[in-house]
Amino acid sequence: MEHIRTTKVEQVKALDRFSTSNKSLTGTLYLTATHLLFIDSHQKETWILHHHIASVEKLALTTSGCPLVIQCKNFRIVHFIVPRERDCHDIYNSLLQLSKQAKYEDLYAFSYNPKQNDAERLQGWQLIDLAEEYERMGVPNSHWQLSDANREYKICETYPRELYVPQVASKPIIVGSSKFRSKGRFPVLSYYHQDKEAAICRCSQPLSGFSARCLEDEHLLQAISKANPVNRYMYVMDTRPKLNAMANRAAGKGYENEDNYSNIRFQFVGIENIHVMRSSLQKLLEVNGTKGLSVNDFYSGMESSGWLRHVKAVMDAAIFLAKAIMVENASVLVHCSDGWDRTSQVCSLGSLLLDSYYRTIKGFMVLIEKDWISFGHKFSERCGHLDGDPKEISPVFIQFLECVWHLTEQFPQAFEFNEAFLLQIHEHIHSCQFGNFLGNCQKEREELKLKEKTYSLWPFLLDDRKKYLNPLYSSKAQRFTVLEPSTVSFSFKFWRNMYHQFDRTLHPRQSVFNIIMNMNEQNKQLEKEIKDLESKIKQRKNKQTDGVPTKELLHSIHPESPSLKTSLCFKEQTLLPVNDALRTIEGSNSADNRYSDYAEAFSKSEPAVVSLEYGVARMTC
Amino acid sequence: PQYSELMRTGRAQAELLLGPEAPRLRGTLCVTGHHLLLSPGPQDLWLLLLRNVDSIEKRVAGESGTITLRCKDLRVLQLDIEGVEATLDIARSIEALSSLESVITSFPFFYRPKGLRLGDAWHFHPPESYYKRVARETKAWRLSEVNENFSLCPSYPRAVIVPRAVDDKALALSARFRQGGRFPVLSYHHARSGTVLLRSSQPLTGPQKRRCAEDEELLRAVLAGARPGAQGFVVDTRSAQAAKQARMAGGGTEAKAAYPGWKRLHRPLERGRPLQESFVRLVEACGDLEQSTDHWLSRLEGCSWLAHVKEALSTACLTAQGMEREGACILVHGAEGTDSTLLVTSLAQLILDPLSRTMVGFQELVEREWIQAGHPFQLRCAHSAFSHARPKHEAPTFLLFLDCVWQLGRQFPLSLEFGEALLLALFEHAYASPFGTFLCNSEKERCLCEVRSQTHSLWSRLNQPKEQRKLRNPLYVLNPLALWPSVEPQSLQLWQGLFLRWTRPPEPPEVAWEKVWQIV
Repeated sequence: MEHIRTTKVEQVKALDRFSTSNKSLTGTLYLTATHLLFIDSHQKETWILHHHIASVEKLALTTSGCPLVIQCKNFRIVHFIVPRERDCHDIYNSLLQLSKQAKYEDLYAFSYNPKQNDAERLQGWQLIDLAEEYERMGVPNSHWQLSDANREYKICETYPRELYVPQVASKPIIVGSSKFRSKGRFPVLSYYHQDKEAAICRCSQPLSGFSARCLEDEHLLQAISKANPVNRYMYVMDTRPKLNAMANRAAGKGYENEDNYSNIRFQFVGIENIHVMRSSLQKLLEVNGTKGLSVNDFYSGMESSGWLRHVKAVMDAAIFLAKAIMVENASVLVHCSDGWDRTSQVCSLGSLLLDSYYRTIKGFMVLIEKDWISFGHKFSERCGHLDGDPKEISPVFIQFLECVWHLTEQFPQAFEFNEAFLLQIHEHIHSCQFGNFLGNCQKEREELKLKEKTYSLWPFLLDDRKKYLNPLYSSKAQRFTVLEPSTVSFSFKFWRNMYHQFDRTLHPRQSVFNIIMNMNEQNKQLEKEIKDLESKIKQRKNKQTDGVPTKELLHSIHPESPSLKTSLCFKEQTLLPVNDALRTIEGSNSADNRYSDYAEAFSKSEPAVVSLEYGVARMTC
Repeated sequence: PQYSELMRTGRAQAELLLGPEAPRLRGTLCVTGHHLLLSPGPQDLWLLLLRNVDSIEKRVAGESGTITLRCKDLRVLQLDIEGVEATLDIARSIEALSSLESVITSFPFFYRPKGLRLGDAWHFHPPESYYKRVARETKAWRLSEVNENFSLCPSYPRAVIVPRAVDDKALALSARFRQGGRFPVLSYHHARSGTVLLRSSQPLTGPQKRRCAEDEELLRAVLAGARPGAQGFVVDTRSAQAAKQARMAGGGTEAKAAYPGWKRLHRPLERGRPLQESFVRLVEACGDLEQSTDHWLSRLEGCSWLAHVKEALSTACLTAQGMEREGACILVHGAEGTDSTLLVTSLAQLILDPLSRTMVGFQELVEREWIQAGHPFQLRCAHSAFSHARPKHEAPTFLLFLDCVWQLGRQFPLSLEFGEALLLALFEHAYASPFGTFLCNSEKERCLCEVRSQTHSLWSRLNQPKEQRKLRNPLYVLNPLALWPSVEPQSLQLWQGLFLRWTRPPEPPEVAWEKVWQIV
């Protein structure tokens, strides 16, 4: 609280991000310990969590006040104009402090209190149990065992305590191999395909330099390939571009020499590193933030950002992985440099293609817990939770979510969850409201005592399950229905609802999703009614045989069935898409829709050139 | 009889490839007067209207040949044929038969489907009924039969609606002052604001800046008949410079001094050859399955198709907004007034008028604002995106319209009573059809060819109950409000259902729609 000097500023204007005519809403800005709140004259509230703020910028003073631009990690961008410069300065300084915390303990999760008792909190943390997940996959079994080598985090600090390795891999082999791998991240099981008896394993790059080799590491790889009774050879996928991998050799790292490992097939897949991804997204956001963007600038900007190319590279790698298992029945070992960014992307996306369980709400949570959280994807560094090295920030996880979104677009019936679920998860990797994504590895999380001091996100998402259901989901699919996505160039599209989540004017004005959801709900309700009525009729019939006259039966059904009545009302209500109609009205409202600026164009049509709204255009008279 | 001269060979053994991953069909191939037939078995018949063939490419090697047919509906077919001679003969026959220009020997004049009676549906959407309604509602407008024998304007229908205060003689003089005789007529009456939408062609002011008192009187009468104090706007679909240049060729635009109360706005829309080229380049890019995402994005940018969509939609929005918000009367024209003009007036109606978003209303709109209004379909749709022939009059203006409607449907998925399937059907039939609806360039030509009495109407097919289910939007709810779409580039999408129709994702959206139907 010591950072907050001004808690309330009145007469603040919020500018529309895409308006060229500087249209604004006036309201009051409040600063709380956790949020920045803007309430406009229509009493509409905009809450911005301090942890979501990526940057705050104070622009040069204008006649109407001091402009403050806030960019958020969830891609919200707000542009305030504060009447007095001193207020603006105070808020600016406060936000700078509040948005960059130095200690984990100062993050929101440690003060967030959803009014649950300790037992409930603990139960929440137990919702996702990875031991149960490995059991579901069918391990341990005669080929794979649970190793206790890392129980005390002695071999690898960034791995979880419980690791699955081939039955024949002894502790000396594991220790030897871990010494030959970056950060000690030796090859372990990520996913086991029960039908094919093939495995996805993950690790970091070997410390091979130009010629070094390690017998234990070679043994371990051989053990992995032997744990697959069907296919003798295994793939080693280096997810980096070949050039990057070769450059690493000079630093004593590198990649596996095929001559030293028996029965491996080595493959580069060419996903760029975190720095390339960071600047690619940066470019994309710059282009899309342009006022009055033309169609051609939009597409050339998309192209030069390279973002979709990177998304495709991740998708291609996952497809390669899934094919190796499905078509060739081969096990695959995946690594990059440290094995916590690209490796997490490829392993998790590959598993998602192979196993329909991960396409359910619960399964997707398990997948994130397993391949991202437990295997040490550095969420805190990649998301910039604390004030730290900006070069460690990178949208690696967002890219994974975007790949999943692309799959949901290509397979509208294959996922139990919808886009809102992905967006909500994205919201919370940055919010620091829950403990799941704090810290960079399990060891760190245990030291922070997150399970005692914070809450887990997953039970809260499950409570809101209805919001995240895909009404088109068809669960009839077998467990091992493999998705084979198309990777032709036109399958990759700009994810508007992620990068323009808060720019409502760019969205469709009516949502198919809402209405189908409502109808689905209503159908279920009606079906239940029918069942209830049927059972009532049955009861009556039984009674009737006991001597109740038919007339009474007919009379009594209607008055006695208030539930039917309510359900009919419900039906009428939902059939008229109330929300959507409202939204349309909203869309036709001059305050909300940028078309209204046409009015200006009309009234000012005398001058030679009038610039119109939403960049469309210039009009000459 | 003349077909037999063009047919080089009766039949051959062939294998047909319908797409990159489609199964092969094997059977006897046969070219008839209007069709290419392949019968893989005694019961099965695969059939292609020859008129649908846009380009043909033949290759022979050894004892067999390959013909690649690129169709106007953007399908690409490959035929592997036994025998070199047979291949060449079939190719020549297809080439000759698919490029026949005579209307009255075209297939619609021979097509007699079961269950439809000739002449039945030609009264489905008579534009007169709309005009009569407007004339009844407003009192300031009347139905004129001045063009009864197409003498004033060959591209207008027999009946048009004009201000009551202007007599037929004045209309005749105004027609002489407008290119192609297209004097200002009513296109849409917006009852709520008491304003009207008009369309015409450019005035023939020429370099001397000629004027025409009757034309000026006509536009004055429009304002006088609208809500008191109404302003007028002329939305010229050319740039100010292009409009000025048109004067040199005898055309021009309304001078401010001559038309008090009217102001001009220039919103240049792409037309003619550049639009056709944009279409060709987009389709070319969509056919390349191997390209990188970067290359794809740069081709998407390079073809500018979505930029044209954006321009068309925003001009229509501007027009609609002028009527609804400003209470202004609007006259839309470009040069001839048969292309971008119709694009703008029809889209503006879709934005403003809930009736035009119904199944029947939309068909009426297409009939009234495109077919009857004299969009030269025969010239514009002579070739599609694959033809090697140098484009003369081809332009995908109608397709651009359908694309804009599709974008509206994406942004307002509950507000259109029809689905994508109707738009796709209209696209296909505009380019090649067994029905007479899109034949010829104007009502006058259709009368000369006796299209109404000798061919079937597409509307009668589309309104059959079994077709209707396919064409309807299951989620439709009447939305009485105007639809204001976003035209930001992030909000516009490539119409995959059309441009990538034949290279579909593994789980086609139709499956999902089936589920939607179940839920509804």
